[in-house]
Amino acid sequence: MISLNVNKKAYQLDADPNMPLLWAIRDIVGLTGTKYGCGVAQCGACVVHLNGEAVRSCVTPLSRAAGQEVVTIEGLSENNNHPLQLAWKELDVPQCGYCHSGQLMSAAVLLRENSTPTDQDIDDAMAGNICRCGTYSRIRKAIHKAAELQKQGR
Amino acid sequence: MSASTLSRRKFLQISGVAGSAFCLGYYFVSGATEATFLNPVSNNDQDGNIEMNAWISIHPTGKVTIFSHRAEMGQGVYQAIPQIVAEELAVLLEEVKVVFAQGDNKKYGSQVTGGSSTVRNSYKNLLKLGATAREMLLEAASNKWSVPKTECYAEAGHIIHRPSGRKFHYGELAAEASKLPVPENIELKPRSEYKLIGKPLKRLDTPLKTNGAAGFGIDKRLPGMLFAAVEHNPRLRGKVKSFDDTAARKIPGVKDVFSLIIKVHNTEREGVAVVADSTWAAIQGKKALKIEWDDSGFEHINTADIYSRQKEKLHTEEGLISRKVGDPDEVLARSTKKIEALYQTPYQSHACMEPMNCTAHYQGDKVEIWGPIQAPDWIQGFISDEMGIDKDNVIVNLTFLGGGFGRKAFTDYPHEACLISQKMGVPIQLLWTREDDMTQGPYRPGISYRCEGVVEDGMISAYKARMSGQNIDHWRSDKRDVANRNTSEGFLKPYFDSLKNVSFAEVQFETPIPVIWWRSVYASTNGFAYESFMDELAHEAGKDPLEFRRQHLEETRLHNLIDKLESVSNWKNRPKNGGYGVAITECFGTTVGQVVKVSKVPGGGIKIDQVWVVVDCGWYVNPDTIQAQMEGSIVMALGAATAHQITFKDGLVEQSNFHSYQMPRIMHAPPVEVHLMENDENAGGVGEPGLPPFAPALTNAIFDLTGKRIRTLPFDINAV
Repeated sequence: MISLNVNKKAYQLDADPNMPLLWAIRDIVGLTGTKYGCGVAQCGACVVHLNGEAVRSCVTPLSRAAGQEVVTIEGLSENNNHPLQLAWKELDVPQCGYCHSGQLMSAAVLLRENSTPTDQDIDDAMAGNICRCGTYSRIRKAIHKAAELQKQGR
Repeated sequence: MSASTLSRRKFLQISGVAGSAFCLGYYFVSGATEATFLNPVSNNDQDGNIEMNAWISIHPTGKVTIFSHRAEMGQGVYQAIPQIVAEELAVLLEEVKVVFAQGDNKKYGSQVTGGSSTVRNSYKNLLKLGATAREMLLEAASNKWSVPKTECYAEAGHIIHRPSGRKFHYGELAAEASKLPVPENIELKPRSEYKLIGKPLKRLDTPLKTNGAAGFGIDKRLPGMLFAAVEHNPRLRGKVKSFDDTAARKIPGVKDVFSLIIKVHNTEREGVAVVADSTWAAIQGKKALKIEWDDSGFEHINTADIYSRQKEKLHTEEGLISRKVGDPDEVLARSTKKIEALYQTPYQSHACMEPMNCTAHYQGDKVEIWGPIQAPDWIQGFISDEMGIDKDNVIVNLTFLGGGFGRKAFTDYPHEACLISQKMGVPIQLLWTREDDMTQGPYRPGISYRCEGVVEDGMISAYKARMSGQNIDHWRSDKRDVANRNTSEGFLKPYFDSLKNVSFAEVQFETPIPVIWWRSVYASTNGFAYESFMDELAHEAGKDPLEFRRQHLEETRLHNLIDKLESVSNWKNRPKNGGYGVAITECFGTTVGQVVKVSKVPGGGIKIDQVWVVVDCGWYVNPDTIQAQMEGSIVMALGAATAHQITFKDGLVEQSNFHSYQMPRIMHAPPVEVHLMENDENAGGVGEPGLPPFAPALTNAIFDLTGKRIRTLPFDINAV
């Protein structure tokens, strides 16, 4: 049994400790917002927070997350109202939307660490997240927008 | 006619609204071009087999449901269809609920979400649907109040009696309206009175896509469901000679291992399936398989051979003429100033972010499917034929698609899912790994072009183009005696009126590589060849390339687009050899012109400073969706032009994941400015037409800056 804390809820998982956190979250815990895109840490669709750090859950063994705090897209905010989520909605960032759980989770760490990111900061922080629909320019705008909202205390 | 259908019988079943709600739908009588409108609840004269293309229902609570007959894969139909219907129905968009159609189309043609066709093929009927329902609600209210209908009007989900100010919300009128006959000859609003259409309204699906709530195919869960993965022949064809599953079966969670055969185009593909209690266990099991493949007879293709064969054919064969005006050969034969160029474009993977997956539950005489599927009616027919199940019992449910781009119209992964569920007797979810997606195809075909032309007195006197590449139609048909009808897709059609001597031909080329449509289809490669060559001809003529195009076009609509492009890009004031390039293409009823501005990066390479886009798609729904589609098309075109390609070595695909098939990332996305032409022409497509002009506008800009002509894609933008 492996203990896992996902979005502030405790789980006991009877699973292979080598199973990537991605599949444990999706297939066992049952939270499907975190996505599989490549399985080899190339695309960022699977990004979750492990003790507050952005990790690629497709290459993070369950054993590494044991007893730790995991936050997935479902736990990013209570009511879809994290400044990034508000900005994403205001600018209609997603198209197909599949990569955006990972985009948002990567951006959330950036915004926590750097409350006024420059374009360069955004490019550096978001370079690991692929969007095949090509929503990049809106992602950049939305992160700036979210930084403003965060500053206004929203 | 391209829309999905829903039988009245099935409609009443799934909506569960008989008697209590007001419903209105439309369908096409076999062979008719005009839609027939029908109240499916009250109309009991029908035989129960009416299949509606779209419908709305209004519940007594006032809740409005609109059935979306097309798949949502990012292009915005989940927004566009309600936005059109709500305009004439006079309801608030926030109060509209959208449901996806099931694939269920026996009589009325394709429901494939492709060809950028959803809005352009259905908007007139969707407008009429909303307007007809609104008129019936007005009628219902005037009956209830016993006042003339002319004293009533519809607004924001209510019918209001103007003199008294009394109002009913639509829900209060549903029962009354449902008893009324469907009126005919409804007048539609003039465009000037639109409150919703033409406005940049927020997408209804965005909130679902910011908190993990949107249900993609891969997110489907069913009680008792197992997970499956399939190891496929890495050479795309061939049989399983033998396999050793000892190690695979030892993986905890693995339930079963077996070989299976599915149909791919007109051939078969064999693979070995591993079924387990988690996706991870199935993938581990797949990796542990030891398979001996028999690929005897399969051509061990190499990319270099493909292009040398295409090149040779283009120099030895005239090919099948698809379109010809005048006699370009005669002009080319007598001219001493002929110019000629060879262009080469690569095979490409669609690489949708959501890899192929499908959930299937086989239940003897019935199979139900859930998945990211672009062509539910096609899948329904295919599964019915292949598995011998009555078509009515093949139920195809749509989910959100994590990208489609043409790939998810194909039948291979749903077929595998159905076969695995049949074997296991429980619901299963099949997932293709990224490696499966990238190494198995089907792909966009790689195509070579030979263009020849003559410029006399500053004008084109001959234009001759030959294309050589796999014909996507050939896997569905053995017909080889007609030219590919899309050899000139992307080329502006009015050129055929203005050019005196022009011809397009297909020099047929076959390989066993599976190929399928890829966003904007042939225009995605044609556009590069034809708009590059137009630039070469302009250069030969010593003319401004934008002015050169204008001089060769007579249509006012195109002149307006060129004027706009010239003004927004400040084209006339650009410095000489300042790194400006232009291209204009047309596909799926929409013309897009782009100007790209580039500059040199100190130390080598090229930077894209700005892209200006002018779109003429005629009547349109949501300008923000159009802008988003243009931004995204440019990033996808940038990738195909500069970042990735599929290559073959000894019959194996050389790319397997995003490390070897590099995608554009956030720092590569150029600034894009989008402008829409305003006119009342028929609606054109939006999802694809923004892609083709980008690559030639970029390479034409590089030529302007550096004098270097790029004729082969992809190219390394950092090494120019």
